Amino acid sequence: MHLLAQRIQDTYPAAFLSCTEWRGDVAVTVKREAVHEVAQFLHDDPGMLFDYIVHVSSVDWPDDEERFEVVWEFYSIRKRHRLRLKTRVPESDCIVDSLTDIWKGADFMEREVYDMMGIRFRNHPDLRRILMPDDYTEGYPLRKDFPLRGKGWRDTFDFLDEVPR
Amino acid sequence: MGLIQLGRPDKDGAPDVITTTVEKAVNWARKGSLWPMTFGLACCAIEMIAAVSSRYDMDRYGAGVFRASPRQSDLMIVAGTVCRRMAPVIRKIYDQMPEPKYVIAMGSCATSGNIYDSYSVVQGVDRFVPVDIYVPGCPPTPEALFDGILKLQERIMQKRVFVQQPEQVKASLKV
Repeated sequence: MHLLAQRIQDTYPAAFLSCTEWRGDVAVTVKREAVHEVAQFLHDDPGMLFDYIVHVSSVDWPDDEERFEVVWEFYSIRKRHRLRLKTRVPESDCIVDSLTDIWKGADFMEREVYDMMGIRFRNHPDLRRILMPDDYTEGYPLRKDFPLRGKGWRDTFDFLDEVPR
Repeated sequence: MGLIQLGRPDKDGAPDVITTTVEKAVNWARKGSLWPMTFGLACCAIEMIAAVSSRYDMDRYGAGVFRASPRQSDLMIVAGTVCRRMAPVIRKIYDQMPEPKYVIAMGSCATSGNIYDSYSVVQGVDRFVPVDIYVPGCPPTPEALFDGILKLQERIMQKRVFVQQPEQVKASLKV
């Protein structure tokens, strides 16, 4: 196992679930409850020093029991190493801890995950939609059960008095 | 138009008088001073920029004065993919343009949505603004855009300026 993943497992044996490594990419899956604690460790520990959050994204696995997966990518500018952190979120309780208090850059990316996938972030300072309009009511477009063509919003032009034909 | 030769035939043979109708003169002036508005939304905008720059030089057709304000322009070239969230903005800008005004839908995206048959992309800009000319291509070359502009100029020359046209004629002209 990669050294970084080994350290996470040693420090948080109860929260650590699995580790995969593929062509130098290290991905660690942890329990949802421990995400904030592990992230704080990754940020503060002198051996880790992940000072830059690259990306926050999410995956929909419609057949799995815990349907959604939230993925964070971290990079250490000082140590020049990177790590991917994952956790699973069930559809019934679609919420995970926000990391905006550790990395301020997580703000907009968590808003995008909320907008596209409907996963909420606990303690996020301003959790609103970011790409779709605030009054968008059709749901979360990146979910697998969302119809590709949407539900009619793209063809409604409510700003027109009448459609020119 | 016609030429009437008066006087001076022995000197240089140049015509003295050009006769035409006021309508043709007005249309000729209008087609020769199309002021487009910069409205690049995606990759088509790059071709639109190339059409204006020195190699192609759209100014030769009198359509090179790109304005940044809709209030100074009379041609809107919608160049690129139109997202639904952009639609009210395009409509507002179109409404701000002074008459007479024309719209060119440049590229497959503005014409029909192209491959982007998704929840957020409008399937053709003609759903909320009237379009005069559709330019196909992904993206269209500057030559294709010129063809669209020349066709628009032909349309402008067909317009009646001072006489109210019957509705059937208007419909057939589609101007």
